[in-house]
Amino acid sequence: MLYISVPLGKLVRRVSRLRGGGSALPGLVVEKIDPGFMKRTLSTLPHGVAVVSGTNGKTTTTKMVVELLESQGLKVFTNRTGSNFTRGVAAALLGEVDWRGRLQADVAVLELDEAHAVHFVNSVPPRYCLLLNVLRDQLDRFGEIDKTAQLLQHVAGKTTGTVVLNREDPRVARIAETLTGQQVHYFGLDDSLLSTFPNDDDMRAAPGSPLPAALPEKPHADVVLRKVGPDTADFEYDGVTVTTAMKLRGVYNIFNAAAALALARSICGSGAATADHGTLLTALSQVEPAFGRGESLVVDGQPLDLVLVKNPSGFRLGLKSFAAGGYATMIAINDNYADGRDMSWLWDVEFDSLRDGGVDQLTGSRAYDMALRLQYDNVPIGAVEPDIAPALAAFIREAKGKPKRVFCTYTAMLAIRRELSKITTVEVVS
Amino acid sequence: MTEESPVSRAGKGNSKGNSKGTIRILQLYPRDMNIYGDWGNALVLKRRLQWHGYTPELLEYNPGDDFPADVDIIVGGGGQDSGQLIIQEDLQLRAGTLTELAEDGAPMLVICGLYQLFGRFFKTRLGTVIPGIGILDVETQGTDERLIGNVRVSTPEFGEVLGYENHSGQTTLGSGVRPLGTVAKGTGNNSKDGQEGARYKNVVASYLHGSLLPKNPAIADFLIRTAAERKFGTFDPGTPDDHYALLAREHAARRPR
Ligand SMILES: [Zn+2]
Repeated sequence: MLYISVPLGKLVRRVSRLRGGGSALPGLVVEKIDPGFMKRTLSTLPHGVAVVSGTNGKTTTTKMVVELLESQGLKVFTNRTGSNFTRGVAAALLGEVDWRGRLQADVAVLELDEAHAVHFVNSVPPRYCLLLNVLRDQLDRFGEIDKTAQLLQHVAGKTTGTVVLNREDPRVARIAETLTGQQVHYFGLDDSLLSTFPNDDDMRAAPGSPLPAALPEKPHADVVLRKVGPDTADFEYDGVTVTTAMKLRGVYNIFNAAAALALARSICGSGAATADHGTLLTALSQVEPAFGRGESLVVDGQPLDLVLVKNPSGFRLGLKSFAAGGYATMIAINDNYADGRDMSWLWDVEFDSLRDGGVDQLTGSRAYDMALRLQYDNVPIGAVEPDIAPALAAFIREAKGKPKRVFCTYTAMLAIRRELSKITTVEVVS
Repeated sequence: MTEESPVSRAGKGNSKGNSKGTIRILQLYPRDMNIYGDWGNALVLKRRLQWHGYTPELLEYNPGDDFPADVDIIVGGGGQDSGQLIIQEDLQLRAGTLTELAEDGAPMLVICGLYQLFGRFFKTRLGTVIPGIGILDVETQGTDERLIGNVRVSTPEFGEVLGYENHSGQTTLGSGVRPLGTVAKGTGNNSKDGQEGARYKNVVASYLHGSLLPKNPAIADFLIRTAAERKFGTFDPGTPDDHYALLAREHAARRPR
């Protein structure tokens, strides 16, 4: 059967591409004229649909899962553009289906934010879901952290096959208690690494305080991250610990690699039988960070690291993962809708680690909120300029010959990349 | 500058260095009621006390702890519904102590969740009545609607107050309190009367996170001055550098809701 919606949607997609528009419009068109399009197309996939959700790390993790599955010879459909919305998925499908609406893929791996994942699973129940974490992020949109956990619980409940959960995030791990028919797999951390992952409840808590109730006994995890070296990591699965080289930096990203491995093993079938672990590990070692999540560029012959910070836990991990010494530092804080309007979260981050070197440049629509925050942590401040273009130019000029690091919110990062490509040759190294 | 204030009672003043004396700040339930940066309020009090030449001492009170003596300023924040459930019972045990302190003029700042529980009661959407400790003559009704966004408030005492609200409880003031101010942008206490926060004696209650005190140093200094006068008879202010606060206020006031 031939559906008029697909050719029409593809046409809108082309036009909106030419006009430099985003991916939402063509998705909207198809959704309006053919509401069953997405469900119909995705239901034909032999391995079904896997949804990746949680507050932090969705994009990098989704990318890892895709590369792991591809290493096993599967053809994977994914929403690569980073569109977090049902509409974005519909638009991405339009780009991949042929003119008759057929999708040439074995499995779909979709990144969805918590609120939109709920809408999505109501119309397309996934066969797998991977739930990463529940942290304070964009609470102005979702209300409260417990509510966010409920959204993820709903996603897990709609899953028909296997649910993969973060054993170390009590709000996520406890979702298992609400499930009946599904298989549950966990990914976990070695006890020695737990302290490098403060969760939001630990932030102000006295050491050892029992909040929220952790699982009475740690369940067995399918994949455990045991150790992180400068460019290696140790993963344990099937009772064996293996060391692999890693291109990803930061403990946090590597924990997400354990998550990706657990989901890929669920999809391919775990144990020695179905997944080829040699190729899985090779694929894992070659994964590079997704757009914007900790990128290294070269500007004027010096490295410039962009570190995306969008919530307190992300900012704290960013400060912890990258030593401040020897780097010139800029912080760019915007409060556009996509960043979240609320600046309260800056007060949940401690900036002591920047006190010795100071911060050279502050920018963004909330540059002065950031300056005020640093003042209260006694961190020396160089220049403050809310306008990103001149601030970035000044930062690069003043820090000539020094490696640079920029902590930035989402829309600030987009603006910085745009500016960088104008003022200098940008070479992406990883 | 090193003299002990003559009214410094029973060794409460600090004798070390050039300090004008020690002020003890108590954070109420920081483990369960500390959301949207409310910790920033305690940090601002601590630093500004230093900048004014006093020695701050930061204390925490969590459920089951001994309640510390000689507390000069009390601050408390908002929490998840689950956090509120955890502290409720313990708060009732401390109602007497807290009421005595408030009636005696101790400066207090309570934000969002603890603002509600400092009132007479909180009635949930489903009709369950959670008793407060009644220091403030206010009552709160839970709703389905979440009031979220940047807020500007005109206040008679502190000038323009800026912050960010995020709550679904709607609070109505009784005749025993006055509002902190009138909302110029945002919603405040409830979607009806255009008022925000509550004032009683030296208790300041507000829905505003942000955190509240960094961009509203006038409120921080009110709490500090009140604490110093209560303890030492006088307040001898220093000169904190507030130029980033002023610029942050200017920029924040122009941001969309
Ligand atoms: Zn609140």
